[in-house]
Amino acid sequence: MARRQVDTMSLGVGIATGLYGISFGALAVASGLDLWQTQLLSLLMFSGGSQFAFIGVFASGGLASLPAAITSAWMLGVRNGFYALQMKPLLEHLGFKMPVAAQLTIDESTGVATAQANSEDTKRGFWLTGAAVFVFWNSLTFAGALLGSALADPSVYGLDAAAAAAFLALLWPRLKQRQPLIVAAAAAFVAVVLTPVLPSGLPILLAAVIAFVIGGLNLFKPRAQAGDRR
Amino acid sequence: MTLTIAILLASAAVYSWKFFGYLVPEQFLEKPLVSRVAALLTVSLLSALMATQALTKGSEIQFDSRVPSLLVAAVLLRFKAPFLLVVLAAAGVAALLRFFGF
Repeated sequence: MARRQVDTMSLGVGIATGLYGISFGALAVASGLDLWQTQLLSLLMFSGGSQFAFIGVFASGGLASLPAAITSAWMLGVRNGFYALQMKPLLEHLGFKMPVAAQLTIDESTGVATAQANSEDTKRGFWLTGAAVFVFWNSLTFAGALLGSALADPSVYGLDAAAAAAFLALLWPRLKQRQPLIVAAAAAFVAVVLTPVLPSGLPILLAAVIAFVIGGLNLFKPRAQAGDRR
Repeated sequence: MTLTIAILLASAAVYSWKFFGYLVPEQFLEKPLVSRVAALLTVSLLSALMATQALTKGSEIQFDSRVPSLLVAAVLLRFKAPFLLVVLAAAGVAALLRFFGF
């Protein structure tokens, strides 16, 4: 791919991702964070799913739910570790830049980088996309937080419903096979049913156990795999 | 624990994955079992968060305008609508239903 194309792709992904920084900012403020705490999450955590998880758990259970909020955010960040493994050989000799590369290792930068044909474009795509997402995600988080704090009662504007939709949108592309579909359905059921009987945040962590059971035993494995043996 | 300290701890916890991913030997996490569980872990957490956000209030199960709003979001996602549109539509549907007293 020509250098221009890599640049355009990186910028486009950065802007598109940044745009939902607006919804994150508004939702974070609605869930009880102040402007600076919201910004701190986008600057330091810089991983959409984990950030939405943190504010989602905190919104439902307040200060008592903070340990569960931290744990959910942490567990949702696991895929970034896999992206890092994937990027390490592609970025080559990072040296002192490694800690920065690590912070920019997210869905989008890995996605753009691994879509490139040669090593130079891969590196360029990674750094440009990472930087673009970082800049847009953070500035639009700030805009969203300002917007959110201007609204008196967020539930009137349906912001609580928007949070559920945001999780569904993050989940959607991962539901292409039977195994993740069953895990998703079971996790949703367990989390909702346990909500009245357990302290806030805990139902979500228990729903995560389903992933260990179904994934660990490889139950309901993809149909294609079973068909291969014929 | 104050909220700000929790934010710092959670951010450090998320960063630790990114950081150690660059340090551990590649074979370690390349086992199919590990990558499968990690992918499903993401699915289970996102789904649990979505469901509790849509169907619970405090410690109660509650069906309200959030349910139709989530269905609209699902239809939009089915037709590959962009993230921001999905989120705005969901908020709009809930706001509208509440305005009319549902």
